[in-house]
Amino acid sequence: MFSRNITSDSNTISDFDYKITLAGNPNVGKSTIFNQLTGLKQHTGNWTGKTVECSSGSYIYNDKKFKVTDLPGTYSINAFSEEERLAKEFLLKEETDCIVIVADSNILERNLVLALQILSFKSKAVLCLNLSDEADKNGIHIDVDELSLNLGIPVVCTSAVKRNSLKQLKETVFDVCSGKIKCFRVNRNFENINIFDEDNRENNTFALANLSKEICSKVISKNKKSQVVSRNRKLDKILTSKITGIPIMLLLFGLLFWITAVGANYPSEWLSSLFALLKENLYTLFEYFKMPEFFTGLIIDGVYTTLTWVVSVMLPPMAIFFPLFSIIEDSGYLPRIAFNLDRFFSKFGAHGKQSLTMAMGIGCNACGVTGCRIIESPQEKKIAFLTNNFMPCNGRIPMLIALIIMFFAGSGFGFLSSLKIAAILLSIIVMCVIMTLAVSKILSMTVAKGESSSFVLELPPYRKPQIIKTIIRSILDRTVFVLARAIAVAAPAGAIIWLVANIYIGDKSVLAYCTEFFDPFGRLIGVDGVIIMAFILGFPANETVIPIIIMSYMSGGTLVEYSSYEQLLNLFTLNGWNVITAVCTAILCVLHYPCSTTCITIYKETKSIKQTLLAMAIPTLIGIVLCFITANAMRIFI
Amino acid sequence: MENYTLDKVQLSECVIIKSIECEKELADRIINLGLVKNSVVKPLFKSPFGDPTAFLVKNTIVALRNKDCKNIIVSPISDNMEE
Repeated sequence: MFSRNITSDSNTISDFDYKITLAGNPNVGKSTIFNQLTGLKQHTGNWTGKTVECSSGSYIYNDKKFKVTDLPGTYSINAFSEEERLAKEFLLKEETDCIVIVADSNILERNLVLALQILSFKSKAVLCLNLSDEADKNGIHIDVDELSLNLGIPVVCTSAVKRNSLKQLKETVFDVCSGKIKCFRVNRNFENINIFDEDNRENNTFALANLSKEICSKVISKNKKSQVVSRNRKLDKILTSKITGIPIMLLLFGLLFWITAVGANYPSEWLSSLFALLKENLYTLFEYFKMPEFFTGLIIDGVYTTLTWVVSVMLPPMAIFFPLFSIIEDSGYLPRIAFNLDRFFSKFGAHGKQSLTMAMGIGCNACGVTGCRIIESPQEKKIAFLTNNFMPCNGRIPMLIALIIMFFAGSGFGFLSSLKIAAILLSIIVMCVIMTLAVSKILSMTVAKGESSSFVLELPPYRKPQIIKTIIRSILDRTVFVLARAIAVAAPAGAIIWLVANIYIGDKSVLAYCTEFFDPFGRLIGVDGVIIMAFILGFPANETVIPIIIMSYMSGGTLVEYSSYEQLLNLFTLNGWNVITAVCTAILCVLHYPCSTTCITIYKETKSIKQTLLAMAIPTLIGIVLCFITANAMRIFI
Repeated sequence: MENYTLDKVQLSECVIIKSIECEKELADRIINLGLVKNSVVKPLFKSPFGDPTAFLVKNTIVALRNKDCKNIIVSPISDNMEE
């Protein structure tokens, strides 16, 4: 969910022999098929609305080059949601040699309605009965030949988790494109049906649903009562029940944070020691080559320090959190969260699906904002994206963990202290949720007024996630992502900070002028000028906030090594930090404007500068006010 | 047989949909999820806060709020629906 959709394809210039399009209901494994066809790694997840844009890629079969476009999953092409409009436009306007209609073999009757809608105006297509292994287990048998005759197109059984089944699909698609297999329109299916006739939409859908039912009664035979279904029912009883539903959700997230905090500590420690050792060697090397002091400072103290901080402190928690989150996502649990919380959220003028976008926000706010598309009503969507930033993303959680370890939970090693970190982090997240709901309520009474809308959501069957595969892929993805971002953002940020700290105007560095400028304001809200400036400079990426603070302090002449949290705490204390500073920094960390990527995403989604500014202003103002109150209240007691 | 609305249906009781009287856009969305006239629906479980409810329809589970179920007219059927 957190990787951006792949919209570019590597080969736009060269010509394609054939163009094929993937269409189908949401959550039928379309993205998995797309990935296997093209070798691309679009993220998949077990819930409706995963793919929100068209993605394209290509593959070669029998020496022919195929361009594949993956349409967002839609229940119909009646065009009342953004995705459906997109799918419909594409199918109508773009030339396609073959449409691959992907269906879930387990729920063919409903999936077939979309297939029939498409076949009513397009004939060159292949029906791909996906998840056929699951259907086998459920005792569902589909007569492929009979189905093919009824639809006038070839039918292929696939099981996306098994790679080989795809070969048959590729071959059939090839045969349809090359004309070896002729598709035909089954006219009797579509008498009096014109799916583009808006006024008759309900009747059309009804007629096609009946047709689907009729076809299914001919082709599907069931031979046993499914154990999978009863297992799913049992799981739902536990995960959505009055007594256990909510506690299990909290426990699950608590566990997620606990594993993240504990697990990240060790690699973080190793990486920092390694980088510290390397740093010594780098100094020696630079001295040996008699590099100018300026250059050594810029590269080692500036770029290297910031870069390695981001890698050693930010990467481990992300590399642990994301795979775990992906596993939860693949299991099909997330829609249940929306289901469980809908009533609660609607009391605050928000939509149950907002809990999904918030969960995504914990991963990445930009993705959370994009995810808000799943909320249909405009005012509830607005509330969801305006408040998404209240959930601390993965660029900010490691910062919170660092603050917790240094000021509130001790070393971070050992069982008790790790539980303490997880508990504090979970309570921070719970406070963020409360804040989100409070602001949602206010927004729903002011800028996003409107009737509470409806909740229509499919709860997909639970699926066993491919744990090993997900973990490996997700860790690799994250590592590449963090490293790329570290190089693109953290390295330049380090260079800039070092420069402003070492360029002097008069007897003061530029940095000193800046921090002194912000200092009175910073002190007022419980922090200092350096912290304020770090948040401002951290706009492109929140990961850089702490390294900027470190850099600024170190350039002030305080030469402290910081390869462990103890040393870092030492550095911070020397620069006047206390518990108040830590609490206020944590508050600011959660409550300030979204990072630049998120802001751009908000603008893209809303096409409104006003909304984007609002999304920036709301958390910032709340953060400042809250810091002011907290700092002054705490000063009375400490 | 007497008609009533979907929100009145007991858990695990199978009913058949007679008509959907929701406003147009919502009706479209509900129909797309397979809740069309003559299809069989069975409430499976409720959310911890009592609303929404999850329904089994055509082998899929769809969640709907009670207030929207008030606009879906159903009538009872005797035999239990196959899962």
